[in-house]
Amino acid sequence: MEEPLPDRDAILKAAIGIGLYAGAFGASFGAISVGSGLSLAQTMVLSLVMFTGASQFAFVGVAAGGGTPFAAVAASLLLAIRNAFYGVPLSEILHPTGLARLWTAHFVIDETTAMAVSQATPRAQRYAFWATGLILFLLWQLGSLSGALVGRAINPSAAGLDAAAPAVFLALLWPSLRRREARWVAVGGAAVALVLIPLTPPGIPVVAAASVALVAGLYPARDVAGIEDRRPR
Amino acid sequence: MSALWLALVIAAVGSYLLKLAGMSLPESILNHPKVQRVAQFLPIAMLSALVAVELFDGGGRYTVDWRTLAGVAAAIVALLLRRGFLVVFLVAISVTALLRLLT
Repeated sequence: MEEPLPDRDAILKAAIGIGLYAGAFGASFGAISVGSGLSLAQTMVLSLVMFTGASQFAFVGVAAGGGTPFAAVAASLLLAIRNAFYGVPLSEILHPTGLARLWTAHFVIDETTAMAVSQATPRAQRYAFWATGLILFLLWQLGSLSGALVGRAINPSAAGLDAAAPAVFLALLWPSLRRREARWVAVGGAAVALVLIPLTPPGIPVVAAASVALVAGLYPARDVAGIEDRRPR
Repeated sequence: MSALWLALVIAAVGSYLLKLAGMSLPESILNHPKVQRVAQFLPIAMLSALVAVELFDGGGRYTVDWRTLAGVAAAIVALLLRRGFLVVFLVAISVTALLRLLT
């Protein structure tokens, strides 16, 4: 028999905390999604299959703002690209092969990556990934469903739900704004979108903001910026 | 299938395939520093654009509802006070809902 994992309780406790936070986040997603005109089934397919919060909000935001379905697809996929990069450290931790890779990949998101990479031993890393992933998945679905059911019963405008989406996006953005470079990228992205609002079809301003990330990323980082990059978050 | 459903399925499956690609592609592609920088900046540029559009896009023309703006301003105060996600969310909708009720 294997030795019991020493950090097990602490990891589980942290995973439950993250899961509860995700439940609240999921409830706000469900309410906003239904409030923007998506059906309960569409809301739940996003939560079950897409299962990556920011992209789900982006899809709903662009589609509800009258954007073409193409723009909604592009916006959510551009936001989901970061999950591909989490695959690099997680493959080293989890070594998924064959079919296991297919279901492991579904749980590769911000929270599971952060929890896994911050553990000291490979066993703790694997445990943290799966504990966080499974608890979060369950609470995300429950949150989305209850939020959608509440959202169906209320008037979204009277409940102030139109302020919820931008507030959620700001909350997601907030931690990265500590870095100076990131602040410029944020200002650039908003500026591009604002300028394009009257010039392009709805949805395109958000997609076009990706160009700011492309330019800023390819532009060589200065030494000062490089030092800033390595600061712990 | 409506266009919205089709788009939704493409976006959902595509998001999953991106996660799968990250676990399957050779590491050398994703470990390139410039590629990583672009990937790091993408969510920042787009989330910020989404905030701008949610606040000021009236479907191809500029509009602004000051009650929504006030709700989001209150959310920023909550963020500055290091409040959690749920508090930020509730502050934003309550302030907007209250102002809408009163005006």
